[in-house]
Amino acid sequence: MSAFSFACDMLRPAYRLGFVTLAGLLLLASACGSSDSLILATTTSTFDSGLLDELVPLFEEQTGFNVKVIAVGTGQALEMGRRGDADVLLVHAPAAEEQFVEEGYGVNRQLVMHNDFIIVGPASDPAELRSVPDAMSALRAIQTLEQTFVSRGDDSGTNKLELSIWAELGYDPTGEGWYLESGQGMGATLQIANQREAYTITDRATYLALLDVLDLEILHEGDPSLLNIYHVMQVNPERSSNVQGESAVAFVDFMLSDEAQAIIAEFGVEKFGQPLFVPDAGLTEADVRER
Amino acid sequence: MDLVWDGVREAFRILGTGDRDVWEITLRSLLVSGSATIFSLIIGISIGASLAFRRFPGRNLAVTLVNTGMGLPPVVVGLVVALLLWRSGPLGPLGLIYTPAAMVIAQTLIAAPLVTGFTVAALGSLPAGLRPQLYALGASRLQMLWLVLQEARLPLLAAVMAGFGAAVSEVGASLMVGGNLAGETRVLTTAVVLSAQKGEFAPAIALSIILLLLIFLVNLVLTTVQQRERQS
Repeated sequence: MSAFSFACDMLRPAYRLGFVTLAGLLLLASACGSSDSLILATTTSTFDSGLLDELVPLFEEQTGFNVKVIAVGTGQALEMGRRGDADVLLVHAPAAEEQFVEEGYGVNRQLVMHNDFIIVGPASDPAELRSVPDAMSALRAIQTLEQTFVSRGDDSGTNKLELSIWAELGYDPTGEGWYLESGQGMGATLQIANQREAYTITDRATYLALLDVLDLEILHEGDPSLLNIYHVMQVNPERSSNVQGESAVAFVDFMLSDEAQAIIAEFGVEKFGQPLFVPDAGLTEADVRER
Repeated sequence: MDLVWDGVREAFRILGTGDRDVWEITLRSLLVSGSATIFSLIIGISIGASLAFRRFPGRNLAVTLVNTGMGLPPVVVGLVVALLLWRSGPLGPLGLIYTPAAMVIAQTLIAAPLVTGFTVAALGSLPAGLRPQLYALGASRLQMLWLVLQEARLPLLAAVMAGFGAAVSEVGASLMVGGNLAGETRVLTTAVVLSAQKGEFAPAIALSIILLLLIFLVNLVLTTVQQRERQS
C-alpha cells in the first residue's frame, strides 16, 4: 500500500463528506445551469460603447433566447469560436474573419455596420500628427521621434489593424522602450494612454464614449485604411455539437433587421451629438470602402 | 481632485437613492460568496479535522499543501475552473460556464484551503487530553467531532471571516468563469473593474464603498458573536 492511498484511507470519513459535498454542489449547479443560452463573443468596442446594452435586451425580448455577451478582443472571440465555446461572433478584423470562414469554422457571415479608427494623443502633439497625410506616416513619425505609444497588444481587431500598419512600414516596434502593450480592452488602453500622455489607435465609438474622462485629442482621421468594419457570423454548428445553431441564426437575422439597424444608426446621437456607428446591412465590404 | 470628489458625491447619491442595479449586484455578491463560504466550511472543516487529529505518513506534506493553498492565486483557480467548465472542456456538458454556479465553485476552491488551514490551527490549539477524555466518557466519533468543534468555535469564526473575505473580494476567477454578465454573473468586484474601464468612476467608487461595508458588516457580526462568547 502506498503512503498516498494509506493517507486517503486514514482520511476516508472526512474525504467522503468532502466529495459528497462537491458532487452535490456540481449536481445542484448543473440543475440551475442553463445550456440553452446563446454565447455571443464580441469585441470590447461594441460592449464598452454601450451599443449591445441596447440591442441585446431587445433581441431577448423578441425571441425569448437568453444571450451571454462575452467581451474580448476579436482574436480571442475567433479562438472561442474555433473551440466551439461561442455560438455567434460580432467582430471587426475582416482578413482574420475570412480565414476563419475559409477554414470552415464560421458560416453566415454578414456585414452589420462600420465606423472608423482614429489616432489620438496629447493635445501638445509632439510628433505633429495633425500635419501628416496618412496613417502610415503618422506611425512613422511616432517611431522616428520615439514618442510613447500604447498598443492593445491583445490580438484584438484594433491591435490587428495597428500591427498591419507597422508591417506595411516594415518595422517591428515590439520591445522598444516607447512602445507599450496594455494587453487590455480599448477603454482601459485609452485611459493608460491618457495618463501617460501617449498616442494610441482607437475605434471612434470607444473614444467618444470615454471623452468625459480623457484629455486625448483626435490627431489623425479619415484615412481609408482606418475603416473599421463589423461583421456578425455564426460559428459553424456542424463543427461541434456544443454550438447552438437556431438561436445564432436568429441573432444574425436580428442584427440585420430594420429595427436593429435603426437603433445602430441612432446610437450615440443623443449622448454625443453624433452616431457612433453607421448601419450597413445589405451592403458589401467593397460598397463601404468605395464611399 | 474634482474627479475624486464628484465620484464620492455621486457614489453617495447612488447609495442614498438605492439604485436597483447596485442592490441587485450587492445581493448577488452576498449570495455567491456566502454559498461559497458555506461549501468551503464543509470541505475545509472535514479535511482540517482529519489533518489535526490523525497521524499518517505524508501528513506534514498534506499540511504544507494546505498552507500553500492558503495563498492560492485566484486567477490560477479561475483558469483551471474555466478550462474544466468551458463547453469544450471535460465538464462542458454541465453547461456551467458563465453562470453564478461556476463562480461559487471557483470561490469555494479559493476559500477552502483558508478554512482548512484555520481549522487545523484552531483544533491544534485544544488541550491534548481533550479527545481521549471524550472517548473515555463514551462519545462516538461524530459526537466527539461535534464537541471538539464546539470547543474551538471562537477560533473557527476566524476561518469563516477569512473564507468569506477571500471569496467576496476576489475578481480574477469571477471574471474568467462568470464572464461579468449584467443581471447574471456581475458581482461587486467585477462591476468595479468594468466601471473603471468604461471611465465611470462614480459607480466604481460607490460599488467599492458597498464592498467594504459588506465585508465590514459580516466581520462586525462575527466579531461581536466571538467577543460575547468569550466574555460569558
